[in-house]
Amino acid sequence: MHIDPLEKKWVLISLGMSALFVSIIMIDALFHSVNAPSNVETIDSRKIHLSKEFAEDNLGVQVADNGDITVRMVAGRYAFFPKKIILPAETKITFRWVSMDVLHGVHMPMTNMSTMIVPGYVAQVESSFPRPGEYPMLCNEYCGLGHDHMWSKAFVIDKEEWEAKRAKESAALNTTAIAKEESNNE
Amino acid sequence: MNNTTAKNLALSHMWVAFTAFIVACFMGQFQVLERSGLFESLTSISLYFTSVSTHGVLMAYVLTTFFIMGFGYYTASDSLKIPIWNPKLAWAGFVIALLGVVIAAVPLLSGLASVLYTFYPPVTAHVAFYIGVTLLVVGSWVWCGIMIVMFYQWKKSNPGKVVPLAMFATTANALLWLWTSVGVAAEVLFQLIPVALGLMDTLDPGLARTLFAWTLHPIVYFWLIPAYTAFYVFVPKQAGGYLFSDEAARMALIVLVVFSLPIGMHHLYMDPEHASGWKLLHGVGTFIVALPTLVTGFTVIASLEIAGRLRGGKGLFGWIGSLPWSNPMTLGVILSLLMLILGGFGGIVNASYAMNAMIHNTAWVPGHFHLIFAGTTVIMYFTIAYYLWPFLCKKPLVSNSLALVQLWTWFIGMSIMTTPWHVLGLLGQPRRISSVQYNNVLTMTWEPYEILMILGGLVLLSSACLFFYILVKTQFGATTEVFVGEVEYAEPLHEVKELPEYLNDFRLWNKVIAVLMFISFGVPILQFFFMDTYGSSAWGY
Repeated sequence: MHIDPLEKKWVLISLGMSALFVSIIMIDALFHSVNAPSNVETIDSRKIHLSKEFAEDNLGVQVADNGDITVRMVAGRYAFFPKKIILPAETKITFRWVSMDVLHGVHMPMTNMSTMIVPGYVAQVESSFPRPGEYPMLCNEYCGLGHDHMWSKAFVIDKEEWEAKRAKESAALNTTAIAKEESNNE
Repeated sequence: MNNTTAKNLALSHMWVAFTAFIVACFMGQFQVLERSGLFESLTSISLYFTSVSTHGVLMAYVLTTFFIMGFGYYTASDSLKIPIWNPKLAWAGFVIALLGVVIAAVPLLSGLASVLYTFYPPVTAHVAFYIGVTLLVVGSWVWCGIMIVMFYQWKKSNPGKVVPLAMFATTANALLWLWTSVGVAAEVLFQLIPVALGLMDTLDPGLARTLFAWTLHPIVYFWLIPAYTAFYVFVPKQAGGYLFSDEAARMALIVLVVFSLPIGMHHLYMDPEHASGWKLLHGVGTFIVALPTLVTGFTVIASLEIAGRLRGGKGLFGWIGSLPWSNPMTLGVILSLLMLILGGFGGIVNASYAMNAMIHNTAWVPGHFHLIFAGTTVIMYFTIAYYLWPFLCKKPLVSNSLALVQLWTWFIGMSIMTTPWHVLGLLGQPRRISSVQYNNVLTMTWEPYEILMILGGLVLLSSACLFFYILVKTQFGATTEVFVGEVEYAEPLHEVKELPEYLNDFRLWNKVIAVLMFISFGVPILQFFFMDTYGSSAWGY
């Protein structure tokens, strides 16, 4: 058998290049937790409206007591619900996506918010948006003849503005709640 | 030797392949015009997705499978100098596959199977579509069987001798296809057909995607191996030189076959139904399978350099100019390699696990695979056809210069079309949309690229028509000239007198593949039977 020394060198160079790429990916994945959405979590797509987490009232942006922001979205032909969400810039946001019908995919151009939405599974992605602006959420997997029309909007605003807005809203919400309670007591 | 049967088989298969190709090219042109949104009269969402689905099936399944079978029959008979084993069976395989294409075409063309060539349930097509595709695959299995039988027939009557490289590559591809098609066959037989017939109420889309991913990566190597075969066995001789290394070619082919199989889950990087560890494992495998392509590039370019220098080329790059650029095979390989370099770069981006998030399911992806498949691979299908047609029809090629024009225009058209396609992907355009409906400023940046793509499409369509014309005119044109000659296989620089059995047979490699497939797909497939999963019912579209 004859393998030219030059060819052997080239094989080593090729191996070196592959090893370099693989190491960068591995370092990012293992030490910086840069991973593709992979949470392997099942859900019954036919009963999403009955599930606690993805019931209509729980969709959209939710802030936990510790301040963590989770966005729960339902993909269904032909939109992502809720159709409009407002997010703070420079903040870690956890997206949880489910499909109520067929296969969808979603991405927000110029960001790394991208995932497939497979019926039967919850897709979870973490992202943050450095720059305020209007970000479309586009369906990127053929889901039927209305696929072109399947998109929703996310508005990313300054963190302070977002917090002020939220404080105002929750104050308004509290007032209504108190008013309701008072009227109930009467 | 009388190999009329092999010639007839080759011609019949290739005509089906190229007829599918030309029809699909017209559809491609319609699609690029439709999706630009500039021609209101052409706008039809249902027609667009009918067209996209048919274009995909014709190009990815019909052109490829029939071309590979036709090329394989001729290569087996011509390189081994033995007749086709069981010609009746071979013709039966042809008829089954063709019948499958016809059965699938009916629902496809009537808009009852607009599910794209990737199926992607729970959107469900008319059952005839799945049955047709299954028959096409069954027909191709007959071909695989005949290739393997002929490989061992020859080995038996030539004990200890080295199997000709052309047949080694063809058999490698037959084995690869048998392994590859298992995934999609399981999906179609156990999920899609039962649901389409109403025998099953639900299916698990996660499992379906995993089975399809089993097939989705190695299938591109099934399409690509004929191009590599031509690189190794035709190009060096046609360019006027020698194959740099026969052994390296065999090793590259083996690594290609073995490692293209256990890595399909890189198509599922963005899927929620698999854990990141499995995705990383398949990601590493993906970088291993880049190696044989890098080795192939090296061997082919080294062979070309030998040819260029033998023809009087001097200096570091002088040999490039002295290559026979007017030889279609030589021109074909140069253009093919150029597109492989660009497409390979894009492929590294796709393969890079987390970076893939930036381009996943965007216009970048069809841009990438048109460059690699419709560019690198199909341009070699053209050159193989130009090379073999005179042998098959016993008539000289109608015009060498027309063939050169056709190859150049294909390359130019593909460059004009795929460059803006990649850019559109980076600008966030999703793949698989028929029109831009998003009310967003971002989409305004897309328009100029759409127009460039139309131009690229027009150049490609003209080139495709020219290709078809050259083949028809060569075979049926009125000429009294008779072409005599034999296919010339490239000789290696160092003659190969004997080889260890692992480089001359596939038995060991089959076992290696079985182990690797169990490691990489065992748990990812079995998990669907251990988890509490919820099925999806069938949906229309």
